[in-house]
Amino acid sequence: MINRYRVGDSVSVRARFPSGHVRAPFYTRGHSGEVVRVTGPFRNAEERAYGRTGARVLLYRVQFRQRDLWPDYVGNGGDTLVVDLYEHWLESGDRR
Amino acid sequence: MSGHHPHPGPPDSEDGSWSREQLMAAAVEALLIRKRVFTPADVAGALDYWASRTPADGARLIARCWTDDAFAARVMDSVNAGAAELGLDIGHTRVVAVANTPKIHNVLVCTLCSCYPIGLLGDSPGWYKSRAYRSRVVREPRAVLAEFGLDIPDDVDVRVHDSTADLRYIVVPMRPKGTEHLTEQELAGLITRDCMIGTALPRYAAA
Repeated sequence: MINRYRVGDSVSVRARFPSGHVRAPFYTRGHSGEVVRVTGPFRNAEERAYGRTGARVLLYRVQFRQRDLWPDYVGNGGDTLVVDLYEHWLESGDRR
Repeated sequence: MSGHHPHPGPPDSEDGSWSREQLMAAAVEALLIRKRVFTPADVAGALDYWASRTPADGARLIARCWTDDAFAARVMDSVNAGAAELGLDIGHTRVVAVANTPKIHNVLVCTLCSCYPIGLLGDSPGWYKSRAYRSRVVREPRAVLAEFGLDIPDDVDVRVHDSTADLRYIVVPMRPKGTEHLTEQELAGLITRDCMIGTALPRYAAA
Protein backbone atom coordinates (compact mmCIF):
# COMPACT_ATOMS: atom_id res chain seq x y z
CA MET A 1 0.00 0.00 0.00
CA ILE A 2 1.17 3.51 -0.76
CA ASN A 3 1.12 5.89 2.16
CA ARG A 4 -0.45 9.27 1.47
CA TYR A 5 1.58 10.90 4.26
CA ARG A 6 5.21 10.60 5.21
CA VAL A 7 7.17 11.00 8.42
CA GLY A 8 7.54 14.74 9.08
CA ASP A 9 4.34 15.69 7.24
CA SER A 10 1.96 18.06 8.94
CA VAL A 11 -1.52 16.54 9.12
CA SER A 12 -4.76 17.39 10.81
CA VAL A 13 -7.45 15.12 12.15
CA ARG A 14 -10.79 15.41 10.41
CA ALA A 15 -13.34 17.28 12.50
CA ARG A 16 -16.01 14.64 11.89
CA PHE A 17 -18.23 13.25 14.58
CA PRO A 18 -19.84 10.05 13.28
CA SER A 19 -21.67 7.81 15.69
CA GLY A 20 -20.64 4.23 16.28
CA HIS A 21 -17.27 2.59 16.85
CA VAL A 22 -14.43 4.94 15.86
CA ARG A 23 -10.80 4.95 16.93
CA ALA A 24 -9.83 8.62 16.59
CA PRO A 25 -10.04 10.12 20.08
CA PHE A 26 -12.50 12.99 20.29
CA TYR A 27 -9.86 15.35 21.72
CA THR A 28 -7.68 15.08 18.59
CA ARG A 29 -10.41 16.00 16.08
CA GLY A 30 -9.72 19.21 14.23
CA HIS A 31 -6.18 19.42 15.64
CA SER A 32 -2.90 19.42 13.75
CA GLY A 33 0.13 17.28 14.40
CA GLU A 34 3.14 15.69 12.74
CA VAL A 35 3.50 12.17 11.37
CA VAL A 36 6.26 10.40 13.33
CA ARG A 37 5.80 6.81 12.08
CA VAL A 38 3.87 5.02 9.34
CA THR A 39 2.67 1.52 10.21
CA GLY A 40 0.31 -1.10 8.92
CA PRO A 41 -1.57 -1.96 6.89
CA PHE A 42 -4.09 -3.27 9.39
CA ARG A 43 -7.67 -4.40 8.94
CA ASN A 44 -9.81 -1.40 9.83
CA ALA A 45 -10.87 -1.92 13.45
CA GLU A 46 -13.74 0.52 12.95
CA GLU A 47 -15.30 -2.03 10.55
CA ARG A 48 -14.16 -5.16 12.40
CA ALA A 49 -16.16 -3.98 15.40
CA TYR A 50 -19.28 -4.78 13.36
CA GLY A 51 -18.18 -8.26 12.34
CA ARG A 52 -16.89 -7.24 8.92
CA THR A 53 -13.44 -8.23 7.64
CA GLY A 54 -12.37 -4.60 7.38
CA ALA A 55 -10.48 -2.94 4.56
CA ARG A 56 -6.69 -2.76 4.79
CA VAL A 57 -5.76 0.67 6.08
CA LEU A 58 -2.53 2.39 7.01
CA LEU A 59 -2.04 3.54 10.56
CA TYR A 60 -0.01 6.63 11.42
CA ARG A 61 1.55 7.67 14.69
CA VAL A 62 0.77 11.37 14.87
CA GLN A 63 2.46 13.61 17.42
CA PHE A 64 0.69 16.68 18.81
CA ARG A 65 1.98 19.49 20.97
CA GLN A 66 0.07 19.38 24.22
CA ARG A 67 -0.45 23.14 24.14
CA ASP A 68 -2.19 22.74 20.78
CA LEU A 69 -4.60 20.17 22.21
CA TRP A 70 -5.40 21.83 25.54
CA PRO A 71 -5.51 25.63 25.76
CA ASP A 72 -5.00 25.49 29.54
CA TYR A 73 -2.22 22.89 29.46
CA VAL A 74 0.18 23.07 32.38
CA GLY A 75 3.65 21.83 31.47
CA ASN A 76 6.48 22.36 29.02
CA GLY A 77 6.19 23.71 25.52
CA GLY A 78 7.98 20.52 24.50
CA ASP A 79 5.41 18.19 26.03
CA THR A 80 3.78 16.03 23.37
CA LEU A 81 1.17 13.35 22.85
CA VAL A 82 1.28 10.61 20.22
CA VAL A 83 -1.88 8.93 18.92
CA ASP A 84 -2.42 6.11 16.41
CA LEU A 85 -4.73 7.31 13.63
CA TYR A 86 -5.99 5.58 10.50
CA GLU A 87 -5.31 7.34 7.21
CA HIS A 88 -9.00 8.07 6.58
CA TRP A 89 -9.03 10.28 9.67
CA LEU A 90 -6.24 12.51 8.36
CA GLU A 91 -6.02 15.42 5.94
CA SER A 92 -3.04 17.44 4.77
CA GLY A 93 -1.56 20.38 6.54
CA ASP A 94 -2.70 22.73 9.20
CA ARG A 95 -6.41 23.17 9.57
CA ARG A 96 -7.49 26.78 9.77
CA MET B 1 -28.13 -15.34 74.10
CA SER B 2 -25.12 -15.36 71.91
CA GLY B 3 -23.78 -18.42 70.15
CA HIS B 4 -26.66 -19.06 67.78
CA HIS B 5 -26.98 -15.80 65.90
CA PRO B 6 -26.45 -16.24 62.18
CA HIS B 7 -23.07 -15.09 60.91
CA PRO B 8 -23.09 -13.23 57.64
CA GLY B 9 -21.04 -15.33 55.24
CA PRO B 10 -18.61 -13.83 52.75
CA PRO B 11 -20.48 -12.49 49.73
CA ASP B 12 -20.57 -14.77 46.70
CA SER B 13 -19.49 -13.29 43.38
CA GLU B 14 -22.99 -14.06 42.07
CA ASP B 15 -24.66 -11.94 44.73
CA GLY B 16 -24.63 -8.76 42.66
CA SER B 17 -26.86 -8.52 39.62
CA TRP B 18 -25.19 -9.08 36.27
CA SER B 19 -24.54 -6.16 33.97
CA ARG B 20 -25.84 -6.24 30.42
CA GLU B 21 -22.26 -6.80 29.21
CA GLN B 22 -21.72 -9.78 31.54
CA LEU B 23 -24.99 -11.35 30.40
CA MET B 24 -24.08 -10.83 26.74
CA ALA B 25 -20.62 -12.33 27.24
CA ALA B 26 -22.00 -15.38 29.04
CA ALA B 27 -24.72 -15.87 26.40
CA VAL B 28 -22.29 -15.58 23.48
CA GLU B 29 -19.82 -17.95 25.16
CA ALA B 30 -22.58 -20.54 25.74
CA LEU B 31 -23.74 -20.24 22.12
CA LEU B 32 -20.25 -20.63 20.67
CA ILE B 33 -19.66 -23.70 22.83
CA ARG B 34 -23.00 -25.21 21.76
CA LYS B 35 -22.14 -24.54 18.12
CA ARG B 36 -18.77 -26.25 18.71
CA VAL B 37 -16.76 -23.19 17.65
CA PHE B 38 -14.64 -23.83 20.73
CA THR B 39 -14.82 -25.97 23.85
CA PRO B 40 -14.91 -25.07 27.55
CA ALA B 41 -11.35 -26.43 27.72
CA ASP B 42 -10.31 -23.91 25.05
CA VAL B 43 -11.71 -21.10 27.18
CA ALA B 44 -9.93 -22.36 30.30
CA GLY B 45 -6.69 -22.76 28.34
CA ALA B 46 -6.88 -19.19 27.00
CA LEU B 47 -7.56 -17.82 30.47
CA ASP B 48 -4.61 -19.83 31.83
CA TYR B 49 -2.34 -18.43 29.11
CA TRP B 50 -3.26 -14.81 29.88
CA ALA B 51 -2.98 -15.39 33.63
CA SER B 52 0.52 -16.83 33.11
CA ARG B 53 1.85 -13.57 31.59
CA THR B 54 3.66 -11.32 34.07
CA PRO B 55 5.74 -8.13 34.06
CA ALA B 56 8.80 -10.35 34.63
CA ASP B 57 8.85 -11.02 30.87
CA GLY B 58 8.95 -7.31 30.08
CA ALA B 59 11.63 -6.78 32.72
CA ARG B 60 13.80 -9.50 31.14
CA LEU B 61 13.50 -7.78 27.78
CA ILE B 62 14.44 -4.36 29.19
CA ALA B 63 17.38 -5.75 31.20
CA ARG B 64 18.75 -7.30 28.01
CA CYS B 65 18.35 -3.93 26.26
CA TRP B 66 20.43 -2.35 29.04
CA THR B 67 23.26 -4.86 28.62
CA ASP B 68 23.27 -5.32 24.85
CA ASP B 69 23.09 -2.24 22.60
CA ALA B 70 22.61 -4.26 19.42
CA PHE B 71 19.68 -6.08 21.01
CA ALA B 72 18.24 -2.74 22.18
CA ALA B 73 18.41 -1.44 18.61
CA ARG B 74 16.52 -4.50 17.37
CA VAL B 75 13.88 -4.01 20.08
CA MET B 76 13.39 -0.39 19.04
CA ASP B 77 12.76 -1.74 15.55
CA SER B 78 10.46 -4.60 16.66
CA VAL B 79 9.63 -5.64 20.21
CA ASN B 80 8.03 -8.84 18.91
CA ALA B 81 11.28 -9.89 17.19
CA GLY B 82 13.32 -9.04 20.31
CA ALA B 83 10.98 -11.01 22.55
CA ALA B 84 11.19 -14.00 20.20
CA GLU B 85 15.00 -13.94 20.54
CA LEU B 86 14.53 -14.40 24.29
CA GLY B 87 12.03 -17.20 23.73
CA LEU B 88 9.17 -15.07 25.06
CA ASP B 89 5.72 -15.79 23.68
CA ILE B 90 4.02 -12.38 23.63
CA GLY B 91 1.30 -13.13 21.07
CA HIS B 92 0.79 -11.63 17.63
CA THR B 93 -0.19 -8.06 18.50
CA ARG B 94 2.54 -5.67 17.41
CA VAL B 95 4.33 -3.99 20.31
CA VAL B 96 6.33 -0.77 19.90
CA ALA B 97 9.06 0.32 22.33
CA VAL B 98 9.35 3.96 23.35
CA ALA B 99 12.62 4.81 25.07
CA ASN B 100 13.10 7.34 27.83
CA THR B 101 16.04 9.70 27.34
CA PRO B 102 17.58 12.41 29.53
CA LYS B 103 15.22 14.80 27.68
CA ILE B 104 12.00 12.75 27.23
CA HIS B 105 9.85 10.80 29.67
CA ASN B 106 7.24 8.50 28.09
CA VAL B 107 3.96 7.35 29.63
CA LEU B 108 1.25 5.05 28.23
CA VAL B 109 -2.53 5.14 28.22
CA CYS B 110 -5.48 3.90 26.21
CA THR B 111 -8.16 6.59 26.39
CA LEU B 112 -10.70 4.59 24.36
CA CYS B 113 -10.67 1.44 26.51
CA SER B 114 -7.72 -0.30 28.17
CA CYS B 115 -5.31 -1.52 25.44
CA TYR B 116 -2.17 -2.84 27.08
CA PRO B 117 0.73 -5.18 26.14
CA ILE B 118 -0.71 -8.11 28.12
CA GLY B 119 1.56 -10.61 26.35
CA LEU B 120 4.60 -8.81 27.77
CA LEU B 121 3.35 -7.32 31.06
CA GLY B 122 0.42 -9.54 32.09
CA ASP B 123 -2.97 -8.17 33.02
CA SER B 124 -3.12 -4.40 33.44
CA PRO B 125 -3.57 -2.78 36.86
CA GLY B 126 -7.04 -1.61 37.82
CA TRP B 127 -6.09 2.07 37.76
CA TYR B 128 -4.88 1.76 34.15
CA LYS B 129 -8.47 0.93 33.17
CA SER B 130 -10.00 3.64 35.36
CA ARG B 131 -11.75 6.59 33.78
CA ALA B 132 -9.79 8.95 36.03
CA TYR B 133 -6.36 7.79 34.78
CA ARG B 134 -7.46 7.55 31.16
CA SER B 135 -9.04 10.99 31.01
CA ARG B 136 -6.49 12.82 33.12
CA VAL B 137 -3.11 11.51 31.99
CA VAL B 138 -3.58 12.87 28.46
CA ARG B 139 -4.34 16.42 29.58
CA GLU B 140 -2.43 16.80 32.83
CA PRO B 141 0.26 14.10 32.70
CA ARG B 142 2.63 15.91 35.06
CA ALA B 143 -0.01 16.18 37.78
CA VAL B 144 -0.94 12.51 37.39
CA LEU B 145 2.71 11.38 37.47
CA ALA B 146 3.25 13.49 40.61
CA GLU B 147 0.43 11.53 42.25
CA PHE B 148 2.43 8.38 41.44
CA GLY B 149 5.36 10.00 43.25
CA LEU B 150 7.12 10.88 40.03
CA ASP B 151 8.09 14.53 39.59
CA ILE B 152 9.37 15.13 36.08
CA PRO B 153 11.92 17.99 36.01
CA ASP B 154 11.13 21.08 33.91
CA ASP B 155 13.96 20.33 31.49
CA VAL B 156 12.46 16.93 30.60
CA ASP B 157 9.56 16.77 28.13
CA VAL B 158 6.65 14.43 28.88
CA ARG B 159 5.37 12.39 25.94
CA VAL B 160 2.04 10.59 26.34
CA HIS B 161 1.25 7.65 24.03
CA ASP B 162 -2.45 6.99 23.51
CA SER B 163 -2.82 3.41 22.30
CA THR B 164 -5.97 3.66 20.20
CA ALA B 165 -5.70 1.04 17.47
CA ASP B 166 -3.53 -1.91 16.46
CA LEU B 167 -0.28 -1.19 18.30
CA ARG B 168 0.66 -1.74 21.93
CA TYR B 169 3.49 0.04 23.71
CA ILE B 170 6.17 -0.55 26.30
CA VAL B 171 8.36 2.13 27.87
CA VAL B 172 12.09 1.42 27.95
CA PRO B 173 13.33 3.26 31.04
CA MET B 174 16.91 4.43 31.37
CA ARG B 175 19.32 2.24 33.31
CA PRO B 176 19.90 3.73 36.77
CA LYS B 177 23.37 5.03 37.60
CA GLY B 178 25.61 2.84 39.74
CA THR B 179 24.30 -0.45 38.34
CA GLU B 180 27.31 -1.29 36.17
CA HIS B 181 28.26 -4.27 38.36
CA LEU B 182 24.79 -5.86 38.43
CA THR B 183 23.96 -9.01 36.49
CA GLU B 184 21.21 -8.99 33.89
CA GLN B 185 18.98 -10.88 36.32
CA GLU B 186 19.63 -8.35 39.09
CA LEU B 187 18.88 -5.52 36.66
CA ALA B 188 15.57 -7.15 35.74
CA GLY B 189 14.66 -7.06 39.42
CA LEU B 190 14.78 -3.24 39.34
CA ILE B 191 12.25 -2.97 36.52
CA THR B 192 8.70 -2.91 37.85
CA ARG B 193 5.48 -3.03 35.87
CA ASP B 194 4.95 0.71 36.39
CA CYS B 195 8.42 1.47 35.00
CA MET B 196 7.27 -0.07 31.72
CA ILE B 197 4.00 1.94 31.74
CA GLY B 198 5.92 5.12 32.53
CA THR B 199 4.37 5.88 35.92
CA ALA B 200 7.58 4.98 37.78
CA LEU B 201 11.34 4.91 37.29
CA PRO B 202 13.70 2.08 38.22
CA ARG B 203 15.50 2.91 41.46
CA TYR B 204 18.80 1.60 42.69
CA ALA B 205 20.45 2.34 46.00
CA ALA B 206 23.89 0.80 46.46
CA ALA B 207 23.99 -1.51 49.50
